[in-house]
Amino acid sequence: MSGPSTYEPKYAAERWLDKRLPIVRFGVDFMAFPSPRNLNYWYAFGGILTLCLMSQIITGIILAMHYTPDVNLAFDSVQRIRRDVQFGWLIQPMHAVGASMFFLAVYVHMFRGMYYGSYKNPRELLWIIGCLIYLVMMATGFLGYTLPWGQMSFWGATVITGFFGAIPVVGESLQQWLLGGYSVGNPTLQRFFSLHYLLPFVIVALVALHVWAVHHVGQNNPIGIDPKTKEDTLPFHPFYTMKDAFAIGVFMMIFALFVFYLPDALGHADNYQKADPLKTPPEIVPEWYFLPFYAILRAVPDKLLGVILMFAAIAILFILPWLDTAKVRSMRFRPVTRWFFIIFILAGFILGWCGARAPDDVAIPIGEGGLTFKWLSRIATFYYFAYFIPILPIMGWIEKTKPVPDSITKAVLSGDA
Amino acid sequence: MSETDQLDAHLDENGEPTRRDFIYIATATVAAVGAASVAWPLVAQMGAANDTLAAGSIEIDLSKVEEGQQLKVLYRGKPVFVRYRTAKEIMEADTVEMNDLPDPETDDARLVANPQGALNTQYLVMIGVCTHFGCIPVGEAGDFDGWYCPCHGSHYDTSGRIRKGPAPLNMVIPEYKYLSDTIIKVG
Repeated sequence: MSGPSTYEPKYAAERWLDKRLPIVRFGVDFMAFPSPRNLNYWYAFGGILTLCLMSQIITGIILAMHYTPDVNLAFDSVQRIRRDVQFGWLIQPMHAVGASMFFLAVYVHMFRGMYYGSYKNPRELLWIIGCLIYLVMMATGFLGYTLPWGQMSFWGATVITGFFGAIPVVGESLQQWLLGGYSVGNPTLQRFFSLHYLLPFVIVALVALHVWAVHHVGQNNPIGIDPKTKEDTLPFHPFYTMKDAFAIGVFMMIFALFVFYLPDALGHADNYQKADPLKTPPEIVPEWYFLPFYAILRAVPDKLLGVILMFAAIAILFILPWLDTAKVRSMRFRPVTRWFFIIFILAGFILGWCGARAPDDVAIPIGEGGLTFKWLSRIATFYYFAYFIPILPIMGWIEKTKPVPDSITKAVLSGDA
Repeated sequence: MSETDQLDAHLDENGEPTRRDFIYIATATVAAVGAASVAWPLVAQMGAANDTLAAGSIEIDLSKVEEGQQLKVLYRGKPVFVRYRTAKEIMEADTVEMNDLPDPETDDARLVANPQGALNTQYLVMIGVCTHFGCIPVGEAGDFDGWYCPCHGSHYDTSGRIRKGPAPLNMVIPEYKYLSDTIIKVG
């Protein structure tokens, strides 16, 4: 994709540097990267996610200067950050709300990729690296949520480390090894802090691979056909830097709305109570971005099977490029599968709703006694997996797709792109 | 040279592996053993530390619990429930059909004999942790008058046995013994 270098050093100093370390050339070529001319705003989320990652790392490093990872001091040190540390009232919510914003953006980014078939040949590895980033993000988010040492922190950590206890034979030893004791305690908090500081830099490394991969294979686009001529592309700068900048501006307004007016709206009130190993909160709910997986876990009456199914829900994303057998990338030209995809997103939202509610409560008052959240989550879980197997492979074989435009430029000029 | 010779290029003229091959293998082996012996402490440090392991046992005075009350004692970071059961609760625990239990166990099997060799059926001592994902069940609740776990809706009966919900096993009975008529030692 990336053509021959267009960089020409103008001054002697630039030529001197270019001969020894072509770092300016690298930057110039990077910014001139030919991008399809029909990218829409859904493609701005890569830039938005870069911003989120930077924001989390900067605010996180600052918070670590004031935070104490000790079971007796952690809760108070977070409260002190919010009340006494200069601008702590701003920086702590930026980090906590920032986690939610990060997940919001990553979900949009993933759904975008799924809708336009961005995981298909030759972008399978790009997609898989993305899935790895998502996985490490989830681990980082979970570890970070433990650190304020509130009731939800403690009991969330207890439930999630309990997953490992469900593994036959080695489960209990593995769980004790992870916790550093018989239950969640001081050793657990200290290692969670250490790993929470480490993993973001693993994400940075994976993002570097992700960006390298996208620069090697080129960006996909809403109509899912490869650029064929120079007319089909635009240089990344200034065209998409400007488009991304506008999207980032809008995104930051939403971010700021939460940070300044609703800093705790996405959290849980119980986390303002200090962790108490003798008292479970009336209802343990994870952060909103884990709710769909939590609902899948609870949909199954068997403990081990629930854990397996929950991990399978993430694992199946990794093999998505080989499950979708269609030749056409973009859902725009797949009239039936498109609807299956929209229902898939709906199922995701329904699972999120189920994850937030008690399993035996009535979700929809139909039939005798109504449909409980447990049964609703079972239906949605079934569809979640059915979308990957067998809907995607079968639709790829039987669906009659709409005609795909000859080129991006033609599609743009005729208003179809 | 035949084809097999080309595949295995490190043979000398007699068809024996060369001394250089031996040195390569020996070096790699020493490096692997060295790496493994350094890796082990780095992995094992995450396990429970000696002071954690040593915080072993506690003594509980049963006479402090009144009929119908429950005592909660912290043991190894988890609560131990000591419940003085009412006659009705004991009766309920004794009269359950074994076929109704997901994890069949009689009520008597979940008790420990006192110094006289008899069972104090009124005292139920167990680790008050739900066997699903480790939450702490609420007492005198649920469909079976025992405990109810608010996390994922597991119901336990008056003997702490799982009756309904996602938990796979009965609540665990810790290792304990009677030191006197009213004092037990857990752990």
